Amino acid sequence: MLQNYTFVLILSGLALLVPVAAIVLGHFLGPRRPNPIKNQTYESGVETVGDTWVQFRAQYYLIGLIFLIFDVEVIFLFPIALAYQRLSLFGVVATITFVVILLLGLLLEWRKGALEWE
Amino acid sequence: MQHWSTTLTNFFVGLGLPEPVAMAIAFIIGATALAIFAPTLALGLIWITRKIISRIQDRIGPNRVGPYGLFQTVADAAKLLSKEDISPTDADRVAYNLAPILSVFGVIMSTAVIAFAPGIIGADLHVGVLFLVALGSLGILSALMAGWSSNNKYALLAGFRVIAQLLSYEIPMVLAMLGPVLLAGSMRLQALSEFQSLEIAGFNIGLGWTAFIMPAVFLIYFISALAEGEQTPFDLLEAESELIAGFHIEYSGMKFAMFFLAQFLNSFFLGGIAVMLFLGGWQGPFVDQLPILGVVYFLGKAMLVYAVTQWIKGTFPRVRIDQMMAFAWKVLVPMVLALILWQMIALKLPAPTWVQYAAILIGNLGALALIVVILNRHLSKEEIRTKRAFEPTSLIGTMQPAPPSPGN
Amino acid sequence: MPGLDALPFPLPTVQQVIFILIAGMTVTGALITALAPNLFHNALGLVLAFFGVAGVYVLLEAEFLAVSQVLIYVGAIATLITFAIMLTRGMMFGRTSSTNRLMLSTAIISALFFLVLTGLLVNVAWPEIGAELAGSEQMIADLGEMFVTTYLVPFELMALLLLAALAGAILLARD
Repeated sequence: MLQNYTFVLILSGLALLVPVAAIVLGHFLGPRRPNPIKNQTYESGVETVGDTWVQFRAQYYLIGLIFLIFDVEVIFLFPIALAYQRLSLFGVVATITFVVILLLGLLLEWRKGALEWE
Repeated sequence: MQHWSTTLTNFFVGLGLPEPVAMAIAFIIGATALAIFAPTLALGLIWITRKIISRIQDRIGPNRVGPYGLFQTVADAAKLLSKEDISPTDADRVAYNLAPILSVFGVIMSTAVIAFAPGIIGADLHVGVLFLVALGSLGILSALMAGWSSNNKYALLAGFRVIAQLLSYEIPMVLAMLGPVLLAGSMRLQALSEFQSLEIAGFNIGLGWTAFIMPAVFLIYFISALAEGEQTPFDLLEAESELIAGFHIEYSGMKFAMFFLAQFLNSFFLGGIAVMLFLGGWQGPFVDQLPILGVVYFLGKAMLVYAVTQWIKGTFPRVRIDQMMAFAWKVLVPMVLALILWQMIALKLPAPTWVQYAAILIGNLGALALIVVILNRHLSKEEIRTKRAFEPTSLIGTMQPAPPSPGN
Repeated sequence: MPGLDALPFPLPTVQQVIFILIAGMTVTGALITALAPNLFHNALGLVLAFFGVAGVYVLLEAEFLAVSQVLIYVGAIATLITFAIMLTRGMMFGRTSSTNRLMLSTAIISALFFLVLTGLLVNVAWPEIGAELAGSEQMIADLGEMFVTTYLVPFELMALLLLAALAGAILLARD
């Protein structure tokens, strides 16, 4: 099994090398004449106003939280799927209960309006 | 079928090298082949995209550089190489430079588990399917870094949009992947491809595609993959009229090219995953006799899926952000959860396998019909509401034919 | 090479070298998390540390754990942390001090915790398997089977706990 990951390790080295080489090459081949106007924030020629890092709405955070919870539950389903052929009726009922709890969570969000994007 | 690395290792051992060294050389050759394959493929993909989109828009597209304009992308790459590398003032240097590298890193890594043909797969990981999903989170990370570090409001705004989109559509996508995994009982992509064989009178015609058993799950995967690949109709992040270009607006030269490359490869590989999970992978007639044919079948199918996504790109309008989020959480997730639940029940029916598969198919078709009916009703209501919203308030309900003017 | 046998210490195996590299990466990530002045760089350092931990899992031949680590921690938790930073106005630009007056007590508690962990590592007789684990795909399936048989109660409780977390998250974010 570690053999497989040796290959992944070697490929990851090359996968880093390709973009780094391309960017470094581009850096040296291209001209370099920076000036303050050129380096300004690009807003279609309009002067930028205020700070870039404005406060963001809580909605994004909520989506992140919901995603995290669903992600954790979905990952648990994968090992069960691998063993599904040999599960007894008891195990099947347990798995289905798990999925139903997941569905309940979705229903809860829906009813509480967490899925509305205003 | 013997793995390619075994064949290569044996060849080098035959030349008199000690085994660990032979194996290391074999691995390095394989990895280099994949690392070269990915960027080369991207050059071809960009050309194909431009040709398809041009035809849809009644243009010819690139036709000057080389036959059929084939070398246009090469020329474009050379141009980008000679462009100045501008980094905006006050940009966060570390994150700004790491983001494009990370995005390309993610897509090249995904070639590691792609099953091209029997025995031709970089590394047949036991957690192959989840490995591909995990690499997707690198894309999220690089969008976040680029959006944050550019010191540009539009980049940050686009970064936030793309993350909300990628997170929302990852759930239905992963759940849809669970469908074939449940059937095959394995997460190895080679095993999933092998599972989709179909023998008729002892001859494998390779049409045991899981998409035939679960068309609705396949459709859910395909739609989620469009969103994950940031393709139309889910290309809100690069809405030109609102956000200029997306989270990579401040990038120029080669760094911009890296994001471009990653995006094209990403949407191709998402199609490739669809092929491996739902459309039979490298399966096809005569593949058992001549394994190398698998490469042709796999790349051909993946190209077809890619062409369909470009067709969609050329014809569909863009969705609004609230529609995008609602579609993921209120349509796709409940639907795919219900389908998986039904599949779990169907697979434990005390009946022969084909009856179980037929039950799954009926459930899928039923779910599709149901969702079409519900969406239809919802959309016609929505249409009336939008029309009302655009009626001038002073005229609501008072629209009368103009009174006849006096004197005439 | 005759000289190599004469070394006063044994040469590390390839696996050990890779372990040292991964461990170094994890520690670097942790140090960036704790010491970098920019809050966003702290988050990125944390991601690096997460990747390092995933690498350790791979070396332990626990691939499912490694993949879940990347999916959940890098994909979800790191993103969530960045969202949290961006929601807190005034924290995201400029430099924030990475120390405050609680530094001393935190350092002491961390050092004690480190000592406890080291003691555990050294003194507990860990079960060892000398050979490479065979049929690792079977191991993942076994894990799945255990979720719904041996560890059924914790498994379902976890689902309920996540449901409660979801309800809490909605309550918090709605205000």
